Amino acid sequence: MAKNSNTLTPDILRRAVWESFTKLDPRVMVRNPVMFVVEIGFVITLLLTIDQNLFGGHYSAGQRGYNAIVTVILLVTVLFGNFAEAVAEGRGKAQAESLRRTKTDLYANRKRADGTYEQVPATTLHKGDIVRVEAGEMIPADGEVIEGLGSVDESAITGESAPVIRGAGGDFSSVTGGTKLLSDELVIRITVDPGESFLDKMIGLVEGASRQKTPNELALSVLLAGLTLIFLIVIVTLEPMARYVGKPIDVATLIALLVCLIPTTIGALLSAIGIAGMDRVIRFNVIAKSGKAVEAAGDVNTLILDKTGTITIGNRLASEFVPVGGHGAQEVTEIAAISSLFDETPEGRSVIDLAKQKGIAFAREDYLQAENVEFSADTRMSGLNLPNGTIIRKGAVDAIQQFVADQGGSIPADLGEQTERIAKEGGTPLAVVKGTEIYGLIYLKDIVKPGMRERFEELRRMGIKTVMCTGDNPLTAATIAREAGVDDFIAEAKPQDKIRLIQSEQEQGKLVAMSGDGTNDAPALAQADVGLAMNTGTTSAKEAGNMIDLDSDPTKLIEVVSIGKQLLITRGAITTFSIANDVAKYFAIIPAIFLTMIPSLQSLNIMHLHSPRSAILSALIFNAIIIPLLIPLAMRGVKYRPMGATSMLIRNLLIYGLGGVVAPFVGIKLIDLLLATASHL
Amino acid sequence: MTVAGSIGILVIIAVILALGIPLGGYLYRVFSGTGSRLDAVYRPLERLVYRAVGVDASVEMSWKAYLRTLMLVNFVMMVFAYLVFRLQGRLPLNPDHVPAMPWALAFNTAASFITNTNWQNYSGEQSLSYLSQMIAITYLQFTSAATGVVAAIAFLRSISAKRSDSLGNFWVDFIKIHTRLLIPLAVVFALVLVGYGVPQTLQGHQVAHTLSGAVQVISRGPVASLEAIKQLGTNGGGYFNANSAHPFEDPSAWTTVLEMIAMGLIPCALVWTFGRFIGNRKQAAVLYVFLTAVLVVGAFVIYANETRGNPILAHALGIHGVNMEGKEVRFGPALSSAFAAITTAFTTGAVNSMHDSLMPMGGFIPMLFMMFNLVFGGDGAGLLNILMFLIITVFLSGLMVGRTPEIFGKKIEAREIKLATVAMLVHPFIILAPTAITLTTQLGKSMLLNPGLHGLSEVLYAYTSGAANNGSAFAGLSGNNVFFNLTEGLVMLFGRYISIIAMFAIAGSLAKKASIPASSGTLRTDTFAFGGVFVAVFVIVGALTFFPALAIGPIGEQLQMWASLGH
Repeated sequence: MAKNSNTLTPDILRRAVWESFTKLDPRVMVRNPVMFVVEIGFVITLLLTIDQNLFGGHYSAGQRGYNAIVTVILLVTVLFGNFAEAVAEGRGKAQAESLRRTKTDLYANRKRADGTYEQVPATTLHKGDIVRVEAGEMIPADGEVIEGLGSVDESAITGESAPVIRGAGGDFSSVTGGTKLLSDELVIRITVDPGESFLDKMIGLVEGASRQKTPNELALSVLLAGLTLIFLIVIVTLEPMARYVGKPIDVATLIALLVCLIPTTIGALLSAIGIAGMDRVIRFNVIAKSGKAVEAAGDVNTLILDKTGTITIGNRLASEFVPVGGHGAQEVTEIAAISSLFDETPEGRSVIDLAKQKGIAFAREDYLQAENVEFSADTRMSGLNLPNGTIIRKGAVDAIQQFVADQGGSIPADLGEQTERIAKEGGTPLAVVKGTEIYGLIYLKDIVKPGMRERFEELRRMGIKTVMCTGDNPLTAATIAREAGVDDFIAEAKPQDKIRLIQSEQEQGKLVAMSGDGTNDAPALAQADVGLAMNTGTTSAKEAGNMIDLDSDPTKLIEVVSIGKQLLITRGAITTFSIANDVAKYFAIIPAIFLTMIPSLQSLNIMHLHSPRSAILSALIFNAIIIPLLIPLAMRGVKYRPMGATSMLIRNLLIYGLGGVVAPFVGIKLIDLLLATASHL
Repeated sequence: MTVAGSIGILVIIAVILALGIPLGGYLYRVFSGTGSRLDAVYRPLERLVYRAVGVDASVEMSWKAYLRTLMLVNFVMMVFAYLVFRLQGRLPLNPDHVPAMPWALAFNTAASFITNTNWQNYSGEQSLSYLSQMIAITYLQFTSAATGVVAAIAFLRSISAKRSDSLGNFWVDFIKIHTRLLIPLAVVFALVLVGYGVPQTLQGHQVAHTLSGAVQVISRGPVASLEAIKQLGTNGGGYFNANSAHPFEDPSAWTTVLEMIAMGLIPCALVWTFGRFIGNRKQAAVLYVFLTAVLVVGAFVIYANETRGNPILAHALGIHGVNMEGKEVRFGPALSSAFAAITTAFTTGAVNSMHDSLMPMGGFIPMLFMMFNLVFGGDGAGLLNILMFLIITVFLSGLMVGRTPEIFGKKIEAREIKLATVAMLVHPFIILAPTAITLTTQLGKSMLLNPGLHGLSEVLYAYTSGAANNGSAFAGLSGNNVFFNLTEGLVMLFGRYISIIAMFAIAGSLAKKASIPASSGTLRTDTFAFGGVFVAVFVIVGALTFFPALAIGPIGEQLQMWASLGH
């Protein structure tokens, strides 16, 4: 869904322009106190443009023209702010519309009480209804497969075109409304009521309809409102003071000064930053159920990752053949290869691959007569029964030992030693037996995904501790942990161990993130502060987590953490920039205002601005155009590089704090030069 | 500026810092419950006091209970002081037959001393009986300092609390701060002052006949006891109208140095106590460095401006050299400048020179320090303001490192920001609003003795002094009228209690939070980078608010002065 919406289409921009005006509605504006003050200022200067003496005084007609210019700049300031928000929302809205199109016109074959099926609109389906879906039909609503197995195209939701397998029972039984069944037939029990489906939630989310202010955003809004109030007090009290020392200041100038001082830059961009941040998460194919979860991700102290599939590529691969009992390497390789001829598991295939690499020649055709013995949890081994009665097996070392002992064979003396060595190195040993004789071991190794080490290093620099969870024994776990570079691990982990770990970290005040997909992950996902559920996972896992990864890639937690941090940094940076701007604005406006009463204040006019009015207007224009100039930054987010907090603070302060002090000096001077030139012409 | 003068200023500040560290450690041991060596002496004594007053020392108070008790005790003490001022004519220990104070002045004075401001719309020698000086003025100088310190201590407990509700026991803290800090220090300091010739007597004024036959009435009284706590408690309210410029309050250069050290001692110590409470001495050291830097810069700006003298006098009358107007010859420019900086940085309000007579930029610094209200600040109140601005700074800079901001492991969320914003907002409001009202109303304008920018500076200084609970004055205002007594009285009360209430509410909410262990992603607040941001934030947010007013006040005055000389 998301992969095609990276750009701003002209359509989105056109709609954003229109919405900049509709958002002028005071009922909408009042939710943003900073910009609401600007709008009120606009109304007042508008009235003063109509009658320049509305609030007393005897102003010339020239004042009216000045008031009109101030009015226009204030209006533009508000419009810029609205535009920023509308653009940020626009992308989500476009996505929501395409999702909504998916949703309409869905029909379902619902099972009647008598067992026959009737066709009903999908919108009438309720929790507990049973529907049948045939190949080529759309799945009408979210549910659980209770019968059948089929491949489903979930590209409408995930953007991933490769179909996925869905079937009754197990961890792959949940299906999503709006996806398409490609093959076979499924009977599905609906698990949601109308309006609550995944698709509905997603539409709400991308549209920002259910968007609530996140905790940090709320705190920042409070501070911005407080600063606005402080500057309101400053300006309201300035008038009587000025009147006392000289002559009164005209209202339009006071409003201009007020608007320059209140944090309009961050006020205008604050909601756009939030929306864009959520949008970045969505474009990453992660659905966050709330903005709060994304923010929490930025605060995470501890990351719990499953070993299998997350840190290591899902399967162990054969990496070595270890002969025992005086057998040669050649022999053990050959037996191992034969035992795996019909083993279609990745492990089995890796044995064949490795054997081929070692130059062992064998033909699958020679063994077509052999009887294939599948792996079972009971026997814990698999292999072949050759037509001549020879039994070839590979399996868990203790199972094979038992097998050999039962048949009266002997155990080679060096088996135990070699087994232990492999286990110690973090590998999994499989014994290979032909007849009653153990030939050697297959060394299966967990392969750490490429790049994981660097990512954990990065996390450490962010101050995040990583904990690996695995069902392996402590020895194996320690080896993988060392190899992958995680900070800690829990071996032989049961689901309740995970919850216990999360709880104990939370006791210490830490925030914990984890990913999971199975039903037994659900309680831990719910307990964690950030729970990323895999889209391939069970419904209960998806319900328990506060984010869902549509690509089902558990390592994405790391990116989500970065996005959460980036969101906060962007807000902080633009706030700092906004406040730092005030220094230059003071130096532009204060001398200008008091020039006639205290001519010596002219020495504060360090920018040498052309005239009092051009100074005030330049500051006000700068204040307005900085908003659209910063829209790209607000949308893209400040670049986040993992580094220590203090160096990041210094870096961002130099860019946005110092930049915030310097930029307006340059900007205001430039605008003033332009205005001066224009007035000469 | 002379080398000796400059070194003198630096040495005084260095001594304050050096003494603050051991005293801060001592206060930590007294209030953290880690125990101090003097426990054996004090415990039985304090137990007696608890029993006499009926205090159960084992009761732990929530922030609400603590605050409620603090407010109630303050209210009762204020009413008590008001009654003493109103009834002093009929009460004993009134050898000079001073009549009762008018109601508005009595309200202003009671509000002034309960809030640790010590703004004086009266002259002590004429308007107060000895009884009032002792059981109202000196008494409140002890208790108001104690109130500030216990409020700060309660806040510090909230930082080290882990998911708890308790901030300690107000009564225990309040009694301990008297028995273990204020009374012993004040007794020692008073004796030292007596040794330097400061009077301490209950006899009435002395009548002297001069050689030329004139009759002089020389006021005296229990001065040394008041003087000691006046400085130690960052109170500032003098026995005499002339405050520390009066030879009976501050007879020599040595006493003025000691008085400066006394002013700085407790606020400075509390910053160190803060470091001990959070288990991070470096944090306190970083604050020391930056606050001291601001203090030193301020002191030298005053010193430079005063020693350069008045260019108009030089130009018109050929009088060159130091601006000695309003300065005592026994102190000279260096000690006067240092005193002006220290008394406003530590928001004491005692003066040993006339601030109204400082050069414009010399007068700008005291005003600025009171607008900051956290360059160490007053006893306890200063630390609370430092903490309030730390919270705002941590919030802004915390966002910039990509985490929900935390202060000492506690998350700063909407509630804390809301309360800190209220505390931050009240200061400019109660300075600028009454200044504007004074300058617009006929009643207000009638108080002004000077026209133009300097008149504005005087009004601005008066309300800034009240809001910061400083108490020093530019004078130049005829302040003893109902209008000013009431407005200034309310400004002092709001300036004191709104921020205390807001900070207690923050303390309550911080105490309940779990403490997050620090990691490399945590923004450290004990670094010099953070210290720099802290100063930038309080300068930009705290002072830019007042920039327009200052521009048409002291800054405008200075520029006008230069302009008149054709600079």
